[in-house]
Amino acid sequence: MNSAALLVRYLAISLRGQLQYRASFLMAALGNLLNCVIELAGIWVLFDRFGNLSGWSFAEVAFFCGTVNATYAIGELLATGFDQFGTLYVKTGDFDRLLLRPRSTVLQLAGHELSLRRLGRLLPGLVIVIAAWAALDLPLQADRVGLLAFAMAGGVAFFFALMVLQATMCFWTTESLELMNILTYGGVETASYPLPIYHRLFRRFFTFVVPLACIGYFPIVAVLGVDDPLGTSRLFQVTAPLAGFAFLGVAIGVWQLGVRRYTSTGS
Amino acid sequence: MSDAIRPFLAVVSARYRTLLQYRAAAFAGFATQLFWGAIRLMILAAFFAAATEPQPMNLTEVVAYVWLGQALLGMLPWNVDADFREQVRDGTVAYDLLRPLDLYSYWFGRTLAFRVAAPTLRGVPMVLFSMVLLPIVGLGDWALTPPASAFALAGFVASLVVAAMLATAVTLLAHISLLWTISGIGMDRILTVLVTVFSGLIVPLPLFPDWLQPFLNWQPFRGLADVPYRIYSGNIPAAEIGGELLFVLVWTIALVLLGRLILLRGVRRMVVQGG
Amino acid sequence: MPQIEVRGLAKTFRVAERLPGLAGAFRGLFHRRMRDVHALGGVDFDIERGELVGYIGPNGAGKSTTIKILAGILNPTAGTCRVDGLTPWRDRRRHVSRIGVVFGQRTQLWWDLPVIESFELLKDIYRVPAAVYRDNRDRLIALMDLEPLLDVPVRQLSLGQRMRSDLAAALLHGPRLLFLDEPTIGLDAVSKLAIRDFVRELNREAQVTVVLTTHDMDDIEALCERVMVIGNGRILVDGSVDGLRRRVRNERVLVVDYDSADDALGIEAEGEGVRLVERDASRVRIAFDPDRLPAATLIGQLLAQGTPHDLFIEHPPIEQTVAELYAEHDMRER
Repeated sequence: MNSAALLVRYLAISLRGQLQYRASFLMAALGNLLNCVIELAGIWVLFDRFGNLSGWSFAEVAFFCGTVNATYAIGELLATGFDQFGTLYVKTGDFDRLLLRPRSTVLQLAGHELSLRRLGRLLPGLVIVIAAWAALDLPLQADRVGLLAFAMAGGVAFFFALMVLQATMCFWTTESLELMNILTYGGVETASYPLPIYHRLFRRFFTFVVPLACIGYFPIVAVLGVDDPLGTSRLFQVTAPLAGFAFLGVAIGVWQLGVRRYTSTGS
Repeated sequence: MSDAIRPFLAVVSARYRTLLQYRAAAFAGFATQLFWGAIRLMILAAFFAAATEPQPMNLTEVVAYVWLGQALLGMLPWNVDADFREQVRDGTVAYDLLRPLDLYSYWFGRTLAFRVAAPTLRGVPMVLFSMVLLPIVGLGDWALTPPASAFALAGFVASLVVAAMLATAVTLLAHISLLWTISGIGMDRILTVLVTVFSGLIVPLPLFPDWLQPFLNWQPFRGLADVPYRIYSGNIPAAEIGGELLFVLVWTIALVLLGRLILLRGVRRMVVQGG
Repeated sequence: MPQIEVRGLAKTFRVAERLPGLAGAFRGLFHRRMRDVHALGGVDFDIERGELVGYIGPNGAGKSTTIKILAGILNPTAGTCRVDGLTPWRDRRRHVSRIGVVFGQRTQLWWDLPVIESFELLKDIYRVPAAVYRDNRDRLIALMDLEPLLDVPVRQLSLGQRMRSDLAAALLHGPRLLFLDEPTIGLDAVSKLAIRDFVRELNREAQVTVVLTTHDMDDIEALCERVMVIGNGRILVDGSVDGLRRRVRNERVLVVDYDSADDALGIEAEGEGVRLVERDASRVRIAFDPDRLPAATLIGQLLAQGTPHDLFIEHPPIEQTVAELYAEHDMRER
């Protein structure tokens, strides 16, 4: 059986498992939904009080917010096994079990669970994007929609990569590391607002080190059809999401190093 | 009362030891909270930059609000104690019934320890960083300013003590509710949302629309963060401190009584079902 | 060529030392002392195809380190190891597709799934051809009597049922080598016997090589011809179970039953290599060293003193033998 088919099989099983615990899934999904909604509400509260944010309108910021939430939700959905890697696999020693099987560890972990409760963030995220699209009166053109889809695909790779990196850290320390929350939850928070409002160092960090802005701010500026106050070119904006895929490649390389370390320390 | 103090001391000591053992987690936690603080500040400052009319809080007060929020984050009752949840799940919680003590006090001590252990460890470096280090590296505009006055400082300390009690009472309500829901994951999420929004952690409460203020002023969660932080910065004037403290105290007592009532029913249920 | 060939296998771990107390915990926040732990200090052995080998030793002696290296999930610090011509940790994925591993304390089945679906999923993971899978599955189901369990979610199985399912799961891809880690831990007597019967059958009929680690000496006695004892990272004994007994203490116990307690009372046993261990109502137990005093001579002496109702020779329990061996090498549980 090839890897893609096996992955689908894994995920189908995970779904059935979750449906056995319907109540807890619904509550968790609701919690996720509320998280996304309050994030938007927080933005709205500030706009209600201050009127505008360095020239950006509420609908534009909502567009940023919705896109990154939806993107993050998909990445998280696919990477649940990595997200829970420390507690579920390293602390328990169950990672040995994955190593004892003749398949790639990345595949097995990606198939760990398709966590439905993450849909709680995806749905409102998409609704916000559509509503903001309408509120901004953006024409429904194929290139805009295509660019948005491309940016989101790069974003999914980006967030998946973050989860892989977070899991990799567990090979060095079995502690539950919040550090990656900076980049995951913190990334969602950061990318919910336009990049120019941040300090120069933060902008560079999120462009060149951890390419969050390359899958969020830059392509979305092009989707919105506005000029970037930072002065980037359209060509850069539409190709920037590639950085998300490159980031994933790096993350998987680092993961392999981690696995090698695990097999020489056994912990 | 000793029913609460012994478990409190035991849990505090155990948690300190655990927290210190995991040094990477300790540093990571600190870095995370710094990062959050910085992002929140930049967002709020960008909004303030566009403001033309006077706001219910000025930027300095907002900066203090944000840093204190980061320093004391762990005290907010936004999650349940994983150990406790495990105990409920595997049924060992029933052993607590066998102990010759007042169950609510016993759990209160445990929960209080759970709430205050981490912030005492993390709060100090965060305050030092934001108050001392930031001005040194030339970011004085973003630094935590000292309390508005000695009286404000005293009021702040008093309000923190009450806030810790309130946070414990709320966490304990969630703990007790685990006796019914067991998995508690969903409960966690909803509690997080309620607490982070209505304590002022997401957006300082005074910046909410004016028509929402009457409601915000009467809900209990503001006692967790909004009240102490605004007392600290002087946004709540000295004359109003006493009234605010009383307000939070009354809510705390009400939630403790509610917790006792629900626990009574929970215990009855536990006894009937055998855990 | 032996199926498993191990030469000079060594493994050293570096661990951080924890200082006691709260002050120690504070210091550990900034500075940590590291210490080397030699889990394996140069281990050699061969295992032939079709053997059933017991691998025992106290906790922390290096047992699980060895097994992890043989299974390919841990790299040694030094030494070589070939299993069926592969170096396990270098060709991990190829290697693990040919072996089966069962951990008594963990399951490799999916908690929420019926047993049969775990089997199906494992078939896909191991890329087992459909026909081979069907054969193996049906044979294992019949052998382990799994039919009634197939549609039950794993979380609802008893420990014994789960263990049987786990064993079957580890064999679906037809491995020629099976590692069993404490397969009978926590099981009731009936389940233990079922597992032992199955392992014996598997080894005899299907010629699967089995390496069994356990703390239960009854497992060893019931199953293994050969036993390796590891302590402090070295192989101390490698040979037959009988040889292990003889190496530690060459002593047998002769149990003699008389018709009444009065008859037993007058019995004496004296001389080189003999001592009377116990007199319990009508039963007498006499320990002797067969090299110094042959059993026949001893029995002759006893017959001269009275007519026994029954007599038989007891082996010292292997548990005691192993405990003495550990004590001899000053091995404590670490």
